[in-house]
Order: sequence, then C-alpha cells, then structure tokens
Amino acid sequence: MEFARGHVLVCGGTGCTSSGSEQIIKEMEAQLKANGLEKEIQVVKTGCFGLCALGPIMIVYPEGAFYSRVQVEDVKEIVEEHLLKGRIVKRLLYDETIEEGSDNIKSLNEVTFYQKQLRIALKNCGVINPENIDEYIAFDGYKALGKVLTEMTPQEVIDVIKESGLRGRGGGGFPTGMKWQFTANSSNEKGKYVACNADEGDPGAFMDRSILEGDPHSVIEAMAIAAYAVGADQGYIYIRAEYPIAVKRLQIAIDQAKEYGLLGENIFDTGFNFNLELRLGAGAFVCGEETALMNSIEGMRGEPRPRPPFPAVKGLWEKPTLLNNVETYANICQIILNGAEWFQGIGTEKGKGTKVFALGGKINNTGLVEVPMGTTLREIVEEVGGGIPNGKKFKAAQTGGPSGGCIPAHLIDTPIDYDSLMAIGSMMGSGGLIVMDEDNCMVDIAKFFLEFTVDESCGKCTPCRVGTKRLYEILDKITKGQGTLEDLDRLEELSLMIKEGSLCGLGQTAPNPVLSTLKYFRDEYIAHVVDKKCPAGVCKDLLSYSIVADKCKGCSLCSRKCPVGAISGEIKSPFVIDNDKCIKCGACIESCKFGAIIKS
Amino acid sequence: MKQKTLPFQGTPEQEAQLKKVIAEHKGQKGATIPVLHEAQNIYGYLPIEVQEMISEGLNVPLAEIYGIVTFYAQFSLNPKGKYHIGVCLGTACYVKGSGDLLNKIKEILGIEVGECTPDGLFSLEATRCIGACGLAPVLTVNEDVYGRLVVDDIPGIIEKYRQ
Repeated sequence: MEFARGHVLVCGGTGCTSSGSEQIIKEMEAQLKANGLEKEIQVVKTGCFGLCALGPIMIVYPEGAFYSRVQVEDVKEIVEEHLLKGRIVKRLLYDETIEEGSDNIKSLNEVTFYQKQLRIALKNCGVINPENIDEYIAFDGYKALGKVLTEMTPQEVIDVIKESGLRGRGGGGFPTGMKWQFTANSSNEKGKYVACNADEGDPGAFMDRSILEGDPHSVIEAMAIAAYAVGADQGYIYIRAEYPIAVKRLQIAIDQAKEYGLLGENIFDTGFNFNLELRLGAGAFVCGEETALMNSIEGMRGEPRPRPPFPAVKGLWEKPTLLNNVETYANICQIILNGAEWFQGIGTEKGKGTKVFALGGKINNTGLVEVPMGTTLREIVEEVGGGIPNGKKFKAAQTGGPSGGCIPAHLIDTPIDYDSLMAIGSMMGSGGLIVMDEDNCMVDIAKFFLEFTVDESCGKCTPCRVGTKRLYEILDKITKGQGTLEDLDRLEELSLMIKEGSLCGLGQTAPNPVLSTLKYFRDEYIAHVVDKKCPAGVCKDLLSYSIVADKCKGCSLCSRKCPVGAISGEIKSPFVIDNDKCIKCGACIESCKFGAIIKS
Repeated sequence: MKQKTLPFQGTPEQEAQLKKVIAEHKGQKGATIPVLHEAQNIYGYLPIEVQEMISEGLNVPLAEIYGIVTFYAQFSLNPKGKYHIGVCLGTACYVKGSGDLLNKIKEILGIEVGECTPDGLFSLEATRCIGACGLAPVLTVNEDVYGRLVVDDIPGIIEKYRQ
C-alpha cells in the first residue's frame, strides 16, 4: 500500500449508492487526477456510516470533515478548496459537526447520532474498504481465527461463546453458545455444516445487509471459527438475491480469503479445512425460518420442517448443521479477541452486548444504529434518531417486522432487550425499528403486515394459510367502515388459533401486529367500528372532507382541481363539498392556499 | 388467468448458454435454484419451455421445477417490460406513502402489479424492502433508484422512459 496524506471515505452502502455515491467516487477520482493529487489522496469506498438520511455521505481525513448530501457537482469544489487548498467546504458539512462560534469541527463521537452508540458488529462499517482484505487484516482481521486455531481447543471456543452470554440476533434470542454445543455434541461421522442466515426479509430492516456490505470478512472469519468449534468443514451463506451489492462483496471477500489461504485446505497450517459457498434466495420471506432455509439450500421449495429434530441434530442433507444470523456472527471475532468478560460487561442481565437497529419511518435520522442492550426506546428515537420530523408527536414504534408488535408512546421508556420487549407483546426481531407518528393509522398498519403475511405464508399449515387471509379480510372490513364490535373479538380468537396451530415462526407470530395494536390502540379500532371514523385520517372510506366557511375566500381553485366535480359555489363566497360525489382523493386540500379544507 | 404473455422467442444462443450452465451444475447438491437463477438471467423469465429444458438437463421432474418456480417470488413466468418498475412496499416506504405511488403508476400505465404493458415497454412490480429506507418512499426503474418521492413526481418519471 502506498502512503497517502489524505483519505476520502465515500459510503458505498445501498442507501448512498442509490443516491449516486458511485458517480461521486468516479468524479472524485477524475478531479483528483486533473489536479495531480491521485497519488496523495486515496479514495476509499466503505460500507454504511449509518446516517442514511444524509446520504450520499463523504468523510475526508485527516480533518474528519463530514460532508452530507454530496452531489456530483460538489466534488470539484471539495477537491479544489479542501484537498488542494486545505479550506473545508463549510456549506456541505453536516451541521451537527460544526462547533458554534468557531471554525472547529467536532469529531464524529461528539455528534448526538453517534454518542449513544457502541459499535461492535458494525465496528468496521464505514471505516474500511470492504473489497480489500488487507484493510480488514490491518484492523485485526483474521487474528481471532488465528488465535482459535493455534491456541484453543474447539471446546474452549464454545465455552467462551457460552460465557459471553451472546444470544441469537436473528430475533429468536436463543443462546448462541448452547447452539454451538448441541451441534458439536452431534456425531459427525458423515460430516457437518455451518450456515449463515442472511435472508433478511423483514420489511424495513437492513442491518444484516449493511454488515455484509460494509464488513463481509467479519462474517466469513466467524463462520470459520464456528466450523472449527463444532467440527464442520463446509459452510453456506444463504443470502437474498435482492441484495446485489452484498452478494458481490461477499463473493469478492470469499475469493480473497481463499487466495490468502484463510479459507480452503489446511488453514494456518493446522490441518483445519473450511470451504464456504454462497446460496442465493429467490424472494420468499419464509426462508428466513431455519428449516425452510435449509430446504431452500437443498434446492427445494422453502417450506418449513417439523422440529424436532433440530438442525443441530439433522439439518442440511440430514447432517448436523449450525445456523446463525449475520449479526450474531459479526460479534464472534470481537468476543474471541476481547474475551467473554468484556462482552458480559455490556448490556443488561439477560441481554448481553449490543443490538443493531435499522431506524426508519417518521424519524429524522433514518439509518443504521448500534446501541447497548438496555438502551431505552426514548433514547433511540429522540437522541440517536433525532426525533420526529415536522413537529409531529410520537405514536408508536414497530419492532420485529411482521412478527413483532407496536410499542405505544406510554412505554417509550422501556429498556430494549429480548425479554422486556416480549413482556410488552412485541419482540426484538432482527432489528427493524419503524417509528410512527400521529398520521399513521394503527388498524391500517396491522392490515399492512397481514397483507404481507398472507402473501408470504408458504401454505403448508392451514391455520396460517387460511387464517391470515381471514384476519386480513376482517381488518379490511374495519378500515372500510363495515366492521362491528364482534369483529374485534373474532380477530382475537382467530389470532390465538393461528399462533397455536402453525408449524413455524411465521405463522406463530403472524398475528402479533394485530394483537399488539388491539391491546394498545383498541380505542382506534373502536373509532373505526363504532364512530366509523379514522382518527389518523388514513382510511379513505371513513374520511369526509369539508370546507370551513370562515376561511374560504371563494377563489374556486379547489372546485377546478376536483376530478369529479364535487365542489361547487359562487366566486367570492364559501364553497361546499358534496360528500356523495367526493372520491376522497385529497386534491382539494393540496390546492387550497388558505387551509380552509379539513378532513375528518 | 387474464395476464397476457408473449409467445416464447428463445434463440439457439440462449439455449446453448443454458445447456452450458446445466452441464456445470449437474450432479451438484442443491443445484436447481442456482440453475433457475442463471436461466432467468439468460432469458429474462422462466417460461414452461425453459423449465422443460432444465427438467431434462438436471433430471428433475418438471412438476418439481414448476413447484419451485411458482414458490419463489423472484422467479417469473411472464416476461418483463423493457423498463421494469418496482415500487417498494417495505414498511418504511409504506408509512411514507408508497401505496399512493403504486396506485398512480397503475392509473397511468393501465396495468396491475405483475403485468406488462401491451407494447412491452413497462412492467410493474410491488417489491419488498430494497433497503433504501433512508430515501423512503422509493421506486426503481431497472437499475435506477428514485427516492424521496411524492405522487406528482410519477408522471415525469414515466415520461422520461417513454422517450
């Protein structure tokens, strides 16, 4: 590697790539060349920095200038002003990093978004170039594998993981060390497998994708360690085909690791062999369930199998198989290097370490955050997430995707770990965290998730296949103003039946969005069925538009915008909406300059 | 099925490519899904003619192949338009109004999700989360990503590809 006086880090995560970071990198390289700086300044395409809302993001070192929402046209100025003349381009700096009243810029650790975060799984994301194994090695990469293979027995490795208290990050929260122990205890006469679940299917969740895009080697190294611990020599990463960047970087990482002798035969000259292959998913949410995932790797329809036997006994091709999630693996190397005690010191009594969340929805800092377990929802939403845009009020946070539930405002101080979320009817899930404000209708949200599960139910178990469809129909009826109070009881009864009668996690958790919204937002359901109103103003069939006579100037703009001619009146006197004709498209509200039209 | 589809128009070159892929994977464990992925890359979709070739080549019953193709959302029995529009209906996009974007596109193009316009120019899909939640609501047209959209942006985007 050549020595460079400065580094330009450009985020190459999916969010920033979508808003044009590839073109920015190209332009940056061209501009550096035009100014003769290509040998002095190195451009590094990194993984996700986390602050996706401000993308495309660029950080210039050694100054640590954090440029946000950079456009291709800005690159020339950054090169000529900052890199050539040493003058930071202030107008592009993320305003939180500017120290008031001085020319200094704050380091990232002082920014509110990063202050409460602790990065273990995301340690290298946004720091190294994920397509270059040398950079990973420079950050202690493959040191843990070396330590394990040369200094530790497989049982010692398992003991460290057990002692650390690490639990599965895919959502279930099963103790990782125990899983390793069970798999290690199974006979390996015919061989064993380790597998990685990278089929991140929860809508609104992108933690695993960001880890694979930003630091693929951390997962590969951990899988090799796991293989050594349980006695396997073949591994599979099952990844969604919808993640092309992650697939590409993983393949590059696997090829580089093979070339360096860190995968393949006789690793570190210890006689340990481990081969790793990618398997692409094909768009089926149920394949995130462990037994369905294994059927899919075997080339079949991804339908779940009954358990027991558990994968630790009979998994892929009937052989003992260890399956962990991406984020779980991403913690392993750090635990090996820093010790179980270090990891135990982070988090809560039953939830050790950190959790990565994908923050989305009605929140200012949409992006990727990693916080110690036990951080409260309020800290995540208000401090890390920067609160809710447009001065709106927090209504609920949804965790766990289609398997989880909604956490209402009065529980916002709940410390987040596996058990506390279970206790309030939601779940940790894989880490999607969607924030909702007063404009979101909770019945509509429940309906949205049910529509998802109806679509994604594999069809094997009748309660899930038919039951979720019926749940959806009842919810649809309610949002159309045709529901009754008995429907609410029916929703509950059917939900419990689906939970009990389904084979896999998809069916067992599919009713959770309904149950948790019924529990915390029952008044909203009642408003729909009794008053035939949607308090949030989302369910179209329940809305009526009207014009406030005092505010209406009689300009006739709304009546000209109305596509069905439902608004009439005389110029310069108040107009009226005929609700029988109105199709509730909302065009009038948008057109009115005086705020005279209201929906209720 | 009211969905219209075009007659199969595979070329000998495509067939040769597919045969090569099948030969590479034959005998491997769990080869079916990787072969289907590559076949879809070659043809753009997986009509029954292609499934028959794979069934024969891998010696797997056609019923099983068909069962797999119809199970997974990513495999398509219908050809896609020259411009394939995917509207993200992930939670983050949904709460920011991507449902309205989808309706507007349906209205303009006159097609439903999963269909292709008769001129073969546009096809429409409601996708799962594409992970660009920071830009919500988003839609994709082939490889291009459009983010932070409002309904009024839609006609302009479609018009851009009509030219």
